[in-house]
Amino acid sequence: MALLEIRDLGVSFDTNDGVVNAVNGVSLDLARGQTLGIVGESGSGKSQLAFAIMGLLAKNGHARGSVRFDGQEILNAPPAIINPIRAMKIAMVFQDPMTSLNPYMRVSDQMAEVLVHHKGMAKSEAVAECVRMLDAVKIPDAKGRVGLYPHEFSGGMRQRVMIAMSLLCRPELLIADEPTTALDVTVQAQIMALLADLQRDFGMATILITHDLGVVAGFCEEVLVLYGGQVMEKSPVDPLFGAPSHPYTRGLLRAIPRVDQHGEDLDSIPGSPPNMTRAPKGCPFAPRCDFAGEDCHDHLDPLTEFTPGRWRACNRKLEEIA
Amino acid sequence: MTEPLLRVEDLHVTFDLRRAGDMPWAKPRLLRAVSGVDFELFSGETLGIVGESGCGKSTLARAIIQMVPATGRAIWQGKTDLLALTKREMLKYRADIQMVFQDPLASLNPRMTVGQIIAEPLRTHRPDMAEGELKMKIKAMMDRVGLLPNQINRYPHEFSGGQCQRIGIARALIVEPKLLICDEPVSALDVSIQAQVINLLAELQRDLGLAMIFIAHDLSVVKHISDRVMVLYLGRTMEVAAGNDLYADPQHPYTQALLSAVPIPDPVAERAKVMIPLEGDLPSPLNPPTGCVFRTRCPRAEARCAEKAPELTRSAHGVACHFPGPLVKRPKVAEPA
Repeated sequence: MALLEIRDLGVSFDTNDGVVNAVNGVSLDLARGQTLGIVGESGSGKSQLAFAIMGLLAKNGHARGSVRFDGQEILNAPPAIINPIRAMKIAMVFQDPMTSLNPYMRVSDQMAEVLVHHKGMAKSEAVAECVRMLDAVKIPDAKGRVGLYPHEFSGGMRQRVMIAMSLLCRPELLIADEPTTALDVTVQAQIMALLADLQRDFGMATILITHDLGVVAGFCEEVLVLYGGQVMEKSPVDPLFGAPSHPYTRGLLRAIPRVDQHGEDLDSIPGSPPNMTRAPKGCPFAPRCDFAGEDCHDHLDPLTEFTPGRWRACNRKLEEIA
Repeated sequence: MTEPLLRVEDLHVTFDLRRAGDMPWAKPRLLRAVSGVDFELFSGETLGIVGESGCGKSTLARAIIQMVPATGRAIWQGKTDLLALTKREMLKYRADIQMVFQDPLASLNPRMTVGQIIAEPLRTHRPDMAEGELKMKIKAMMDRVGLLPNQINRYPHEFSGGQCQRIGIARALIVEPKLLICDEPVSALDVSIQAQVINLLAELQRDLGLAMIFIAHDLSVVKHISDRVMVLYLGRTMEVAAGNDLYADPQHPYTQALLSAVPIPDPVAERAKVMIPLEGDLPSPLNPPTGCVFRTRCPRAEARCAEKAPELTRSAHGVACHFPGPLVKRPKVAEPA
């Protein structure tokens, strides 16, 4: 049985401009110890997908469908069910380490809080465990620095603190939402290497949410490409980059300048991502797609498996978009 | 050889961080954001400036147009030292040097229409231009950067990020500058939009013969657009060379580490890549290391590096390192203590 089973998950928001459908019918399975990348541009719904899993949607947000963790339904579950799961079994690392740490609390206090609250540890015992975890995320002189405030750490160090905090209860699933977007490349490389090490050592399943295909290439086994709140393509990482099966993925890969290649003009994708308050009826990518026909503006074929392990949602056949 | 459009020599930018309440005799707290940077820029050329946050890349660009106080020389067209000009004298040159900023929405006045925004530099620098001509120029420029001329009366919030950046570019180019300084122009944009803006900038540069200073933290973007690339670390130039040269054959250990840290969107290439991990964080610019500023994180550092700062070599491929050299496949392993 998969650790996480998502079936037909939809997320919508009531806003002054009407209902915004941020996520539309996403399904996925994640096995224990597996790494999944969720890639998409801003507004693709990738973060809202994670927030829906964790039950962290804003007040005007509604989630539909089903999310089962270890066989238990957790979508829209009451706090009595979801709280122990999201503290002990599912952990999350956010994009901006400064705003996700409490600036008024010492790192030792905010980290120990997790253990005291959920595991009923004594404070001193909890702090000792925090120091061990800060060591595990390679913060030099962890013992001396555990008593500092968040502003006394650099951006990369703060993200390490966040990661250490999320791992305190040894979660089975870690959701990392753009964990390195706010960091410099050299620090990003450090953090991604650290996450890969920890993922291996702790054996947890990991969902990495990012807009950076480079980060995904180095970290994930499987990738989900989101656009306009829908899954465009789902594939193991190597064939996705080697032979993308969807016009959007293909366009995206061609639009990225690469440091290891000498490029001519970039192939840009014309237009801009859809405005989700007025989401297009058919395929969300149709207005920007070179291969779109009349039917694409009308409906989108469901995600189908075209070779074992690889799924795509596109009205055109694979040969037609070559 | 022809005179460069801009020759920057020994540029220093120092901020004094003494607070208002500090006593006059208190020790100055000097932050050297840029120390001793030289470069030349020719017409039609693009100079890429890369480095991590806090390396002084934006400050350097701002210093050239006197947005921050600086010492040194910035010789414009072989004649005028921009840094020696008074504010009023500088005004004449501002039309020649225009800037595009990082945050496309924040750099546009939300209460002005697109037409007013693009017209403002013209009204300042060419006050005698007739209203009809002005409008024609604006519409032509909007068309040039890929905006619809009938959007002239819309407000910035009605545009997407990529379109706002096009407005910013139109505003910079309307006064026909000779030098365009782009400070992280695409880092706030989505990947698919980023490519559009990069292509637009490259095309405009080709057509208008602009010189460009392109500042970014993304090495792949800089590689794509630049003729020459300068790598900064803690306000000092580490390496400067023709783009292809720098990326194919980096000589400075910092450049090598920086390049190895860039994730490649190709799992096969990514796995084959030799990573040169950098330990620790950027040292505080308030208290930079003695000698070579990179030595605290450098895999090649030796005693000599702490004593004397290496000079940037004066050649087509300049390196500031005591031990420059191509990338060794196996990085030096620390000796067991």
